[in-house]
Amino acid sequence: MLTDSDLQALWLTLRLAGTVTLILLLLGTPIAWWLARTHSWWKGVVGAVVALPLVLPPSVLGFYLLLAMGPHGPVGQFTQALGMGTLPFSFGGLVIASVLYSMPFMVQPLQTAFEAVGERPLEVAATLRASPLDAFFTVAVPLALPGFLTASILTFAHTVGEFGVVLMIGGNLPGITRVASVQIYDHVEALEYTQAHRLSAVMLIFSFLVLLGLYAWRPHPKKGG
Amino acid sequence: MPVSLRPFRLLCFLLAGLCALALPTHAHADEVLVAVAANFTAPMQKIAAAFEKDTGHKVVTSFGSSGKFYAQIKNGAPFELLLAADEETPAKLLADNAAIAGSAFCYAVGKLVLWSSQPGLVDGQGEVLKRGNFSYIALANPKLAPYGSAGLQVMQALGVYEQLQPKVVTAENIAQAQQFVSSGNAQLGFVALSQVLKNGKIEGSVWRVPANLHRPIRQDAVILNRGKGKPAVLALAQYLKSAPATAIIQSFGYELP
Repeated sequence: MLTDSDLQALWLTLRLAGTVTLILLLLGTPIAWWLARTHSWWKGVVGAVVALPLVLPPSVLGFYLLLAMGPHGPVGQFTQALGMGTLPFSFGGLVIASVLYSMPFMVQPLQTAFEAVGERPLEVAATLRASPLDAFFTVAVPLALPGFLTASILTFAHTVGEFGVVLMIGGNLPGITRVASVQIYDHVEALEYTQAHRLSAVMLIFSFLVLLGLYAWRPHPKKGG
Repeated sequence: MPVSLRPFRLLCFLLAGLCALALPTHAHADEVLVAVAANFTAPMQKIAAAFEKDTGHKVVTSFGSSGKFYAQIKNGAPFELLLAADEETPAKLLADNAAIAGSAFCYAVGKLVLWSSQPGLVDGQGEVLKRGNFSYIALANPKLAPYGSAGLQVMQALGVYEQLQPKVVTAENIAQAQQFVSSGNAQLGFVALSQVLKNGKIEGSVWRVPANLHRPIRQDAVILNRGKGKPAVLALAQYLKSAPATAIIQSFGYELP
């Protein structure tokens, strides 16, 4: 039913979303933890920067990433100095762009979850002589587990649905940067509506199942205080 | 006043503001709503201004890709005239009875160039394609963009496509192909002469591809069903063939049919 290039695009999309979710778990957790607990003046600034991709048009973000990661841009100069070449038109480039673009979907649910945990359990852990790191992993993370799940699923799903940024820096290379959303766009532009319908149906069912899982599995709020 | 009312009032103001934003704006009877191929954006802006000055009609332009316009027109978009980037889209709309029979005409012929923002990289004979001393070459998607398929035909005609294929990065349209090249991410690329010609000059290095290496890039216009019997639409279609308009078209690096 789906052509080989459609399947290739789907597989690439899943690979990209998985990689981005893993990286953002590692990167977003400390940021969210800091945002949830700091009283610093910088909290507002960092929170706003993290949320920017929610507001900025993806084409804007993509265009400036293309300039920044290009051979004349600061990031491009840096990667060239390291002997890595430039990032646009590569899978690595897509991963970095998507990490920036999906950042709020990881950080914001985690921050909310950490804030809900509150100070009290950590103070109790401290009185029991748990180190801050120990308390984080044995108290805060288990309590915030539903938040981790929500954040991961939202990040994954949002990366699957990403289009504008990939379009700007991807170069539409089969197996490297041609993700499912771009493939659908190409089908529509080329008036290949049958293929567009099929691939869109796969995306629709997949997205629905992911969100169904998220909303159906969500644990019930605890009774009482 | 009780404090609890304040957020409610604020919300009312916000909602009123949103409603005002959502009110429809009306089009006028002597307005022409034109869908224009993205590559023709700059000349069309000039032509529209001249047309408005000469006739008093108003032109509202929408710039985009021919494939998207096709889908939109087939699904009720209010465009009255289409200036496509190819011949196929107007022909398809005619076959679908979405356009006025006999109203299609060629308004410009595109000139293909191989362009680099680096001086000296592209030579006047296109030998750079055989040397292959670059890491990426940008091409608009040959499936979607006439300039892309023309570029592909050139590489095939020169017998270099097989060896260059791994270096080809595909842009959605020629505007993006130019972006890839001007930002330096691709060292060179096939674009339209109209994109790189600025006041009669070209920055970087360029090969004007001989017309015999690819099929001509004929851009057709067609009057759509919505424009049927509207004098302003007909006037604009006529104006595109007039001396002031053709002078503008040529000044942007297009040829005339």
